[in-house]
This record gives sequence, structure tokens and C-alpha cells, in this order.
Amino acid sequence: MSDTVPLTVRVQAEPFDVAAETALLTSGRTDIGAVVAFTGLCRGEAGTLAALELEHYPGMAEAEIETTAKTAIERWPLLGVTAIHRHGRIAPGEPIVVVIVTSSHRAAAFAGAEFLMDFLKTRAPFWKKEIASDGTPGNWVAAHDADDEAARRWEA
Amino acid sequence: MRVKYFAWVRERIGLAEEVLDPPAEVVTVGDFVGWLATRDETYAHALERPEVIRVALDQRHAPHGKPIAGAREIALFPPMTGG
Repeated sequence: MSDTVPLTVRVQAEPFDVAAETALLTSGRTDIGAVVAFTGLCRGEAGTLAALELEHYPGMAEAEIETTAKTAIERWPLLGVTAIHRHGRIAPGEPIVVVIVTSSHRAAAFAGAEFLMDFLKTRAPFWKKEIASDGTPGNWVAAHDADDEAARRWEA
Repeated sequence: MRVKYFAWVRERIGLAEEVLDPPAEVVTVGDFVGWLATRDETYAHALERPEVIRVALDQRHAPHGKPIAGAREIALFPPMTGG
């Protein structure tokens, strides 16, 4: 079953077009009743942040997102999944990540998208470094316990 | 084996990757992290809190108790902050 569900995973420096990626999942189909798209953006932190520098582990980053997406496809009746994560320098207001999940009904699409984001944050090898507006040396963003808890609740 | 470092682990060690040949008594991931920390003060500083160091063997997450035998690539990095 999961082999037949369209799955696209990309890790790239370039921005992405959510509308175009959504159209790729939905065009020519009449069985999809729900599309949930989550886009994560870079916050400016009240003007203190010039940019985020996103480091990743090439190869493992794509593999971890794909593994998580396949788990979601096995767990919910999804009809398509696209997940794109950027790396490199990202300015405030720019998109960092998008997950787009389609299904016949909204419950599976919402759950699948949230599951994918929760696990992507705790398992996909990406690290954010803050580039400050005032030129001070950047700090690595600390991992949040809340993110681990968000991922763990899906084990219940 | 090929050893890779990411984020602040990479910055503190001062290398993105290197090739190392751990001694036979280094059996598990945890042993490997402990052995690296004994190499010099730079490694000791980078790995001073081994419990926060995450490890991947051949690009798959590996707990500290997992044996490293057979792995060609080992990566050390802090908890992930993507998304």
C-alpha cells in the first residue's frame, strides 16, 4: 500500500513554492478530499536575528524524513506526502520547511502532517545557528524538551 | 572508520570529518565517544557532556549502547533543531 502513495522528499537550499507542490499532489485526482500543508518560517525575533544558518547531514537528512513519511503513510490512510526542508542561510520571513499531506478526509491529513513535523524536528539531522543583527557571534539554537514530548505522544 | 561532526560538535573539535581507527576495546557507541574525549583537550571539551551527544552509525540514529562493529561511518552531533 505504502509503495503506491506518492512521496516526495527534498533537502535543498532554494526556496519552494507551496502552491506548485500542492498542485503536483492533487492535479488529475478526484479522490482527495483534504490537503493539509504546514509551512515553517524563520522568525525575526523582534529584529535581533539577521538570518538562520541551517546545517544538515546530507544523505541522512533525506533518509530520516523519508522513513518518518513512510511511517505516517502506514499509520494513516494518506494519498500523498511531500516534505521539503531547506538548508543554508535563511532570512526572517522566509520558509524553512513544508509538509503537505493529502487524504480522503481531514482527520488523517491533519494527523499525518502533525506527526511528520513532530518527528522531523526530533529525528532529522538539521541544526540551526542564529546570525545576530548586531554582528555578535552566532549561537546554536538549543533543542526543546517540548519537541521531544510532542514526538513521544504519538507512541501512546 | 570515517568520523563526521556536525554543528557545535564540529566547531569545538575544529574538523568536519576525519578517519580514525579506534582500538579493539572500543565496542559500543558510548565507548567510542569516551575514547574520543581522551584524545586531547579539544575533544575533551567538545564531548564534556557525553549524554547530550547524539550518534549515527552509517547514517542511522544509534543509542550509546549499540556496538559499532561493522560501521563504516560514525557521526557525532548535538540534539537536532530542524523544522
